[in-house]
Amino acid sequence: MKLVTAIVKPFKLDDVKNALELIGIAGLTVSEVQGFGRQRGHTEVYRGAEYQVDFVPKVRIEVVVGETDAARVVDAVVEAASTGQIGDGKVWVTTIDEIVRVRTGERGDDAL
Amino acid sequence: MNTGDTAWVLASAALVLLMTPGLALFYGGMVRAKSVLNMMMMSFGALALISVLWVLYGYSEAFGNDVGAGLVGNPFEFFGLSQLLGTQGVDKGFAATHLVFTIPSLAFVAFQAVFAIITVALISGAIADRARFGPWMVFAGVWATIVYFPVAHWVFAFDGAQSAVGGWIANDLKVIDFAGGTAVHINAGAAGLALALILGKRRGFGRDPMRPHNLPLVMTGAGLLWFGWFGFNAGSALGANGQAAEVWVTTMVATGAAALGWLATERIRDGHATSLGAASGVVAGLVAITPSCSSVTPLGAILVGAIAGVVCALAVGLKYRFGYDDSLDVVGVHLVGGLWGTVSVGLFASAATTAGVDGLFYGGGLDQLWRQVVGALAVLVFSFVVTYVIGTIIQRTMGFRITEEAEVAGIDSVEHAETAYDFASLGGSGGASPSGQAHAEARNTEGVRA
Repeated sequence: MKLVTAIVKPFKLDDVKNALELIGIAGLTVSEVQGFGRQRGHTEVYRGAEYQVDFVPKVRIEVVVGETDAARVVDAVVEAASTGQIGDGKVWVTTIDEIVRVRTGERGDDAL
Repeated sequence: MNTGDTAWVLASAALVLLMTPGLALFYGGMVRAKSVLNMMMMSFGALALISVLWVLYGYSEAFGNDVGAGLVGNPFEFFGLSQLLGTQGVDKGFAATHLVFTIPSLAFVAFQAVFAIITVALISGAIADRARFGPWMVFAGVWATIVYFPVAHWVFAFDGAQSAVGGWIANDLKVIDFAGGTAVHINAGAAGLALALILGKRRGFGRDPMRPHNLPLVMTGAGLLWFGWFGFNAGSALGANGQAAEVWVTTMVATGAAALGWLATERIRDGHATSLGAASGVVAGLVAITPSCSSVTPLGAILVGAIAGVVCALAVGLKYRFGYDDSLDVVGVHLVGGLWGTVSVGLFASAATTAGVDGLFYGGGLDQLWRQVVGALAVLVFSFVVTYVIGTIIQRTMGFRITEEAEVAGIDSVEHAETAYDFASLGGSGGASPSGQAHAEARNTEGVRA
C-alpha cells in the first residue's frame, strides 16, 4: 500500500479532487498548510516597514491507495495541479506498513 | 446663554468623547493579537481616570484664575465644580448663571474634559505591548496633573473666558492654536517619545515582524476619529455659528488631502497604496488641521493636509533610523503632524478667515510665524523633559516595563488575565493547557516582581 502526499496551490484543490474522483479514488484527506520552497514568501509593507512573509499557504492532499494505483494517482494530481508557474508544489509516494478500517477492523487492501 | 451654542458644544463634547474609544480601536488593530486588550485598556483607563481628575481639580488647574506668569490656574478655585453650579430656575429655562462666552461653564467643562482624556490616551501608542497597566495608570494621573492641565491653561485659557487671567501662550504670545495642535498633539507626541526612550525597544524590534493584527479595526477607529474630530475642531468655535461651519469644511478637506498625500507617497516609494496608509493619512491630516482649522482658507487647508500626509508618511520611518521604538508612531504622526500644523498657521493663515491674521505666504510677514514656532517648541520641550522625569521615577520605583517572559507570553494574559480572541477551535479554552500554564507562571513571576 502506498500513501500519496501532494502539496499544491490552494486554488487547484477542486481540480485535483475532481481528477482523482474520475480515476475512481474513494477517499482523500485535505489540510491547509504553510511552507516555502523555491517560490519563497512575499513582502508586505506597513507604514513603510517591509516584512518578509516566509511561509506561503498551500493545501496538502493525502490519498492511501494500493500498490498498482499509486502511479496513476500521481499522474492525475500532477496534471490537475500544474500551472507551469513556480510554487506549483510537490507530490511524493511513501510505502505504508498497515492500514485498518476503524469501523470493521478490516486490514490491508480490504480497508482501502 | 445661547441655547443653540450650548446644544452644539454639548453634542461636540460627546463626539470628542467617542474619539477615545475610536483611538482604542485604531491602536488596538495595529498591535499584535496578544496585546490588543492592553492597548485598548490604556485608552479606557485614561477615560476613567481623567474624567474623575478633571472634575476634582483638573478643570480648575486649567481654567481657574492664573496664579502667576500664565503658567497654571488655581487648582482649588473650582475644586469639585460645585462653584459653577446654578441656574435661573425652570421658568427661565434653566439658563445657567455661570457662563463661558454664551454657553454654561459646565458645557465648557464637558468639552474640555474630553480633550484632556484623549491627549493622555494618545501617548499610549508609543509604548505598545510592554507597559504594565498599574504604572501606566499612575503615569496617566501624574502626567495629566503636572503636564496636561498646566499646558491646557497656557493654550486654551483666554483672559476673561472662565477666569479673569488665563495662560501665557493664548494671551501673551498670541499663538493661534484653534483646537490644540500644541496642547494635545505636540504635547502627547513629545511625551510618547520620552516614554518610548525610557521603556526601551520591544523584544525583536526591527527584527521580528510586528504586523497589525486587524486592519479593519484600524480603519474603523480612523473613521470614528474623523467623525469625532468634527466635534474637536468645529466644536472649538464654542458656538453654532459661521466659524464652526468654516472649520468643519477645512477639517474635512485637509483630512482628505492628507490621505491622498500619504497614499501617493506609499505608491511611489513602496509600489502599493495600503489601507494602513489611508487610515494613517486621515489621522495625520486631522492632526495638522487641528491648530490651523480657523485660520486657513479651504484651499489653504488642502495644502496643509497634503503636506502633512507626505511629511508624516516619511516621518514614521525615523524610528528605524534613530532606533527608538515608538510602536504606533505617536511621534511620526502626532508630534510631527502637530508641529507642521502649528507652524503652518504662520505660513498659510489668511485674514479672510475668522482668525483674521495673514501668514507669511499671504503677506503677513514673520510676525505670526515666530509666535507659532516659539509656542510649539515651548510645549515640546516642557512635555518631553517633564515626561522623561515622571517616566524615569516610575520605572525606578514601580517598574514600568513588563518582564521579558511576560512580553513573550503576551501582555493581555499577564496583565489582564484575558485574551482577545479564542483561537482554539477544538475546544481547548478553559482547561489547563500548557500555554495557559505558561501564562500563569509568567503572571506569578510578575506578581513577585511587583
